Amino acid sequence: MLSALLILGGIGLVLGGILGWAAIRFRVEDDPLVEKIDAILPQTQCGQCGFPGCKPYAEAIAKGEADINKCPPGGDDGIRRMAELLGVEPKPLGEGLAHKPKSVAVIDENTCIGCTLCIQACPVDAIVGAAKQMHTIIEAQCTGCELCLPPCPVDCISMVVIREEIDSWKWRYPVYMLKQAA
Amino acid sequence: MGAREQRPGAGGRRLHAFNGGVHPEEHKSVSTSRPIQPLPLLPRYVVPMRQHIGNPAAPLVQVGDKVLKGQMIGLPEGAISVAVHAPTSGTVLAVGHRPVTHPSGLPDICVEIEADGEDRAVAMAPVDWRAMEPGALRAHLRDMGLAGLGGAVFPSHVKLDPGKERKIHTLILNGAECEPWITCDDLTMRHHAAEILAGAAVMRHALGCETVLVGIEDNKPEAQAAMRAAAEHAGYPVEVVAVPTRYPGGGGKQLAYTLTGLATPSGGLTTDVGVQVFNVGTAYALHRAVALGEPMLSRIVTVTGHVARPGNYEVRIGTPIADLLAQAGGELPEATGLIIGGPMMGFDLPETAAPVVKAVNCVIVKDRLLFPPPPAPLPCIRCGACARACPADLQPFEMYWYAKAKDLGKAQAYSLFDCIECGCCGYVCPSHIPLVGYYRFAKSEIWAREQEKAAADAARARHEFRDFRQEREKREKAEKFAAKAKETLAATTATAEPGEDPEAARKKAILAAAMEKARQAKEGVQPKNIDKLTAAQQKEIEEIEARRARAVEEKGTP
Repeated sequence: MLSALLILGGIGLVLGGILGWAAIRFRVEDDPLVEKIDAILPQTQCGQCGFPGCKPYAEAIAKGEADINKCPPGGDDGIRRMAELLGVEPKPLGEGLAHKPKSVAVIDENTCIGCTLCIQACPVDAIVGAAKQMHTIIEAQCTGCELCLPPCPVDCISMVVIREEIDSWKWRYPVYMLKQAA
Repeated sequence: MGAREQRPGAGGRRLHAFNGGVHPEEHKSVSTSRPIQPLPLLPRYVVPMRQHIGNPAAPLVQVGDKVLKGQMIGLPEGAISVAVHAPTSGTVLAVGHRPVTHPSGLPDICVEIEADGEDRAVAMAPVDWRAMEPGALRAHLRDMGLAGLGGAVFPSHVKLDPGKERKIHTLILNGAECEPWITCDDLTMRHHAAEILAGAAVMRHALGCETVLVGIEDNKPEAQAAMRAAAEHAGYPVEVVAVPTRYPGGGGKQLAYTLTGLATPSGGLTTDVGVQVFNVGTAYALHRAVALGEPMLSRIVTVTGHVARPGNYEVRIGTPIADLLAQAGGELPEATGLIIGGPMMGFDLPETAAPVVKAVNCVIVKDRLLFPPPPAPLPCIRCGACARACPADLQPFEMYWYAKAKDLGKAQAYSLFDCIECGCCGYVCPSHIPLVGYYRFAKSEIWAREQEKAAADAARARHEFRDFRQEREKREKAEKFAAKAKETLAATTATAEPGEDPEAARKKAILAAAMEKARQAKEGVQPKNIDKLTAAQQKEIEEIEARRARAVEEKGTP
């Protein structure tokens, strides 16, 4: 009786020790769910979700503090993929949020006074310029977040919708008439 | 590809039949009765900068510039790009967006040239390709604007660089021309056989390969005879092989398999098995670029279908398609539109003002009889006919279901990108489903998503770096302040005399330092521009100072 208790207790202690050691040795540093959600988000860093960037929003979703339908640039496709990842039902975009066509910011270089306020606001460092020098936007790196618009004291930044060009053109989903119009 | 069916070809070579394929009605004789006809000089040409796969050329001319025939007007940009040339002499009317031959109907950057009617050419000189460095020869071909004329318009100089590790043992000249209606390669072979083989000699030299095969479908006996006759005088061994007429036997991978039995691996190119394939028209253009120094200024285009004078025309690059049709006698009544390319792989042209580019091998005028509107698609009945017809050994129905459901990952898992978009699956489909349309949609959607993902990753990296940079700046600032405060403290406490209260001494020292700083500021900084003066300048300054001193004395105030 006693030996049985000792043996079983011993096994329990050894296994518990191994598990405890493994939990420390193989600790997962970051929450992989946050990374997965962040990979779905479009990285515009626009803050329309109410969080200061995509990563904080991903963290909030992972903690269950934020809904999945707060990201307008991600669109319905982003919501659908997020719902798939988290195993929840997809839902329409949150209230007061609207999907806009993809745009880039353009600085009217004649009006710019070189105040550097937009440079400080840009979340992806896509604006070049210096104090009292003209600023300009690196189009390829602009995410279209619109964060540079409010700080500009002379309203010289405008959003320009990216037009479809031949190299960005996509074959359409085949649509056909089920019945020929008479 | 299965190697089940093997039979000797006309030349004794064992041929290997690829799986699948179809045999649509050929309609080739419509346009083969006349020899290649040149087109008269037109008043206006529109030359797009994007005529090849890769980066578009950069325009080299401005509005109002005078250009000569053969003058480079578009500079190749990057490794995969070729030059673009003026098709005739004249004046640049515009550099801007014009409709181009593209299924989207979107405009693209073009150079519009008004011909002066003189057709004066730049000086063109042959090059000695045997003595040239391989790199120099390829650069020459790039500057001559050479791109594959079979339809994919891939820059030829890139294809002629096999790389250090890769050995090309066989060069195949593709004269199969498997698509119905198209006959431009047939006519090129009939009329320019010797030139084609002279161009192939350069290709053979550049690739360092021994074997040269010419694959021609057995429905073109005249072209075969012409090529065989030319092969006897080519100066190197050439084997002209008749291949069975079966679409898409002229696909690069299919022709390579038919002739050599070497199957291209999934996701690979024929060069992976040591075979390089060039269209016969490309070989002809390459010969002209080397032996005459003439850039790619024109190409042979088949105009056929519901048109008054069907035939093959030598058309300058940049000729508006509406003008080409007019030269071919115009559309017959009740034409229902244009196809660029063949009926299997071509696309409907949305805009006839678009010009002929290097990729345009055929213009077909449709009518209701020859090209009835496609019947309404019915649901897929899972018959598997498409899989039996697929020459790339894919499962088209699986790809169709996933592409239709927009499950792009699954579609890709079924080797979507091995699809050559030949259209055999849709041709045999009893439900008339436009299968290739779904594959094209899925492919371009996958490419777009990959680009979006790359952009998002770049934005994330930049945002993370910005956060890191702001943190670092904040920290550096704090460290700087702390260091300065410490320095001041050290400097001020050091002056304390023995017996004196250290705190009072420190305050005294700070006060002294501040007064010293104020005194220096009052004295002003010595200007830097008077430290190296000539004697004359020094004298002048002294005179001015003296004058100023006198003025102050007289008025009493400075």
